[in-house]
Amino acid sequence: MAEALLVSTRKGLFQLVRAAGAWSIERTSFLGQNVTLALADGRDDSLYAALNLGHFGVKLHRSADNGATWDERAVPVYPAGEEIRTGDGKPPSPASLKMLWALEAGPVSQPGRLWAGTLPGGLFSSDDAGQSWQLVRGLWDRAERANWFGGGYDTPGIHSICIDPRSPAIVRVAISTGGVWATFDGGATWEQTAHGMRAAYLPPELAHEPNSQDVHRMVQCPAAPDHFWAQHHNGVFRSTDAARSWQEVPNVTPSVFGFAVAVHPHDPHTTWFVPAVKDECRVPVGGRLVVARTCDGGETFHELTNGLPQETSYDLVYRHALDVDSSGERLAVGSTTGGLWISENGGESWDMAAARLPPIHAVRFA
Amino acid sequence: MPTITLTSHLSAQAGGGTFEVSGANVREALEALFAIKPALRSYLLDDHGALRHHVAAFVNGKVVRDKASLSDPVEPGGELFVLQALSGG
Repeated sequence: MAEALLVSTRKGLFQLVRAAGAWSIERTSFLGQNVTLALADGRDDSLYAALNLGHFGVKLHRSADNGATWDERAVPVYPAGEEIRTGDGKPPSPASLKMLWALEAGPVSQPGRLWAGTLPGGLFSSDDAGQSWQLVRGLWDRAERANWFGGGYDTPGIHSICIDPRSPAIVRVAISTGGVWATFDGGATWEQTAHGMRAAYLPPELAHEPNSQDVHRMVQCPAAPDHFWAQHHNGVFRSTDAARSWQEVPNVTPSVFGFAVAVHPHDPHTTWFVPAVKDECRVPVGGRLVVARTCDGGETFHELTNGLPQETSYDLVYRHALDVDSSGERLAVGSTTGGLWISENGGESWDMAAARLPPIHAVRFA
Repeated sequence: MPTITLTSHLSAQAGGGTFEVSGANVREALEALFAIKPALRSYLLDDHGALRHHVAAFVNGKVVRDKASLSDPVEPGGELFVLQALSGG
């Protein structure tokens, strides 16, 4: 099981380690700065941290010594003249980097390869560990991009990147709001694959348009890579045919709305969600923080509550703030109000970390 | 008459989700809505009378791109769909 956890927060990156059965903060980096996500790259045991400094822009740092020291890397740059065009009526505007919203490491066969999803909707790749980045033109130049739009932000964004464990040339991304796109040739060409998703918030004639689907988060089961799960603005969807088609999963309790999803690394039928009141409210249903788990592919769900606050809890869990480790037993959940809970038994029970953290954007086992 | 449909957040403000209104374009239809639901005006329009940056409108499924003058025509029997982006968490 993973013995370390990266917690990216509004006010810094916290590295937690497990010792003598308890988790504690081992190191704090970038204290006071907005860390939007972090990545532990097992190929060379390096760490990456993405920062969004507001007035001073987006930054990427890499550490080769487990966070003791960091060096700044390049960030993706949109070529001059590129525009953000959206399908919700906003006027076009120059494309510039707003946030690193997804960061994934390539396989061992591609040392130095990173993929970055961004707001405002560009996918970038690097083959030198983030020292330089290339815009993935095959996706950016698709005409359909003009009909993407922002879900929770002004612009569309790529928040989920799934590199197929069977071939690094197969990559799927999910976009809020732009559906699910797949490449089978390393990024040269792309196709839209959000078929079967449904968006009740759109005019009825657009509700089933794949390119207009607001996927909040998408994950792929490493051991059964044809199996995908998506937490969508409108509910939960799953695919058993390599994300080519999607089926709605209506039985999530206490609600189908949420941001985060995690899939068991060895069992594609077991997934976890953190439901909330839909749309405009976005707080736990009834003030009870609940992790919903299915072990049968979405037929039934169980509300896991042992150790989670069950009254006056307004902890919202963002799309990157739920993670499961490679064993499938250890999970972490971080909330917008700085709550952090860790489970050692698949979510049956949770222990709250002994820390009052800043608002949590992302948690990731290292 | 055109129909205006509001998404859930706005319908809570409006006390209803669907309204039949008069009007031959988006602005006229919205003005007809504001005549019966005046409190909605500041939710949908900014202080210059343009559709708010995070409010999107569709006429028969086609996005309204002229958010300033709102001149897109709406046929009798047409459907104006108004949705509001929900920022952050």
